[in-house]
Amino acid sequence: MTPSQARERLAINRPIQGAAGKTGTWRVFRPVVDKEKCNACGLCQTYCPDGVIDEELVIDLDFCKGCGICANECPKKAISMVREEK
Amino acid sequence: MKKIATGNKAVAEAVKQAAPTVVAAYPITPQTEIVEQVAEFVSSGELKSRYIAVESEHSAMAACIGASITGIRTFTATSSHGLLYMHEMTNWAAGARLPIVMANVNRSLGPGWNIWAEHTDALQERDTGWLQVYVSTVQEAYDATLMAFRIAEHNDVLLPVMVNLDGFLLSHIMQPLDTVDLGDFIPPIHLPHAIDVKNPAGYGCLTGPDQQFRFRWDIERSMRDSVKVIEETQKEFAKRFGRKYGFTEDYQCSDAEVVIVALGTLGKEAEVAVDLLRKEGIKAGSMRLRWLRPFPKLDLKGKQVVVIDRDYSFGRGGILATEIVAQTREPVFSVIAGIGGQEVTYEDIAGFVRKRRIGEEFWFGVSGNV
Repeated sequence: MTPSQARERLAINRPIQGAAGKTGTWRVFRPVVDKEKCNACGLCQTYCPDGVIDEELVIDLDFCKGCGICANECPKKAISMVREEK
Repeated sequence: MKKIATGNKAVAEAVKQAAPTVVAAYPITPQTEIVEQVAEFVSSGELKSRYIAVESEHSAMAACIGASITGIRTFTATSSHGLLYMHEMTNWAAGARLPIVMANVNRSLGPGWNIWAEHTDALQERDTGWLQVYVSTVQEAYDATLMAFRIAEHNDVLLPVMVNLDGFLLSHIMQPLDTVDLGDFIPPIHLPHAIDVKNPAGYGCLTGPDQQFRFRWDIERSMRDSVKVIEETQKEFAKRFGRKYGFTEDYQCSDAEVVIVALGTLGKEAEVAVDLLRKEGIKAGSMRLRWLRPFPKLDLKGKQVVVIDRDYSFGRGGILATEIVAQTREPVFSVIAGIGGQEVTYEDIAGFVRKRRIGEEFWFGVSGNV
């Protein structure tokens, strides 16, 4: 790479995990899954705006902000939102 | 090839030869003829560009930005209120370091609704990071547009360039036009920070107080480096095509005691005034400013300076006069003339020089302000 190519002209960021820190600390309510009720339909994963639910439907609590959309969408009412204890 | 063309057609002809991959444009008087002619070139197949007909000038510049960041050549044209409407995006284009070329046909700002020549539109874009060149003939409009692509896309510049031509006085005036066989005068574009789909990224993302000044400084660094690139490009243009251009066009300046400084067609008209004044024994010269950004070093030491502004900054003065006083420290006779297409003849310009009162301001045609 020549010096002129290495030069930073424009603010560019590449995707890395947790670029904005662990956003899970913003959470007030934590999603808790009742595995008994869950039929693994995957709607929670589809609707999660932060993409923190993986293919095994495990929620990454380091980055889940606790918005509750998964609980709202769950057709089996398998997710409940529980207040975080400080 | 020799032709007869308007300023607008000359710009379109240059665009055809520079062959931008994307043209995004919106019509506005007196610029419309440029984008109409470019559209005709595209529809006839003479120009293989993707032509995006957008719904506003803000979108025209936004589309150029989106296209340019993929590393391709882009062009748009506008005027007056259209330029002001895209102001947010002109800042973004320069800040994102995109070598977009735009023709701006200088026109007054409303109200009153006036479609005639004035430079206040482009001068309100002074601080955006765009390079700005002002032309005075149909030939120069064509030549400057070709050079604009090469300058903007140079690795030491990578900033957008605005080519300014006076509304109607140049946009709609027919003059001889000698088109060139372009060859490889404009090298293929290479944008080092172009989008790479295999390596996704956020462009122009959140930038903190510890970083923003570095990107702002880099714009200024490139602006300073552009001086050399402009010189090289103009030299190469002269070598290949025989027409010489500088940062200014100096006419009878070397032994002049009083020098007229103006932008665009007024600066060309001033040359005729100089001939007139010289016959009367007044040692006059004309220094037509071509590049406003980067602002060139002007050799005006020891000379009286008459600056003609077809523009104004309310509460301060003629914008060009203000720039010149700041740079040269020479006191000037500041003439405000040509606003909204007000007719200014070479006789009028000779009159400004004859009755010059250095250090004062004069509004042409306004009674009581002399």
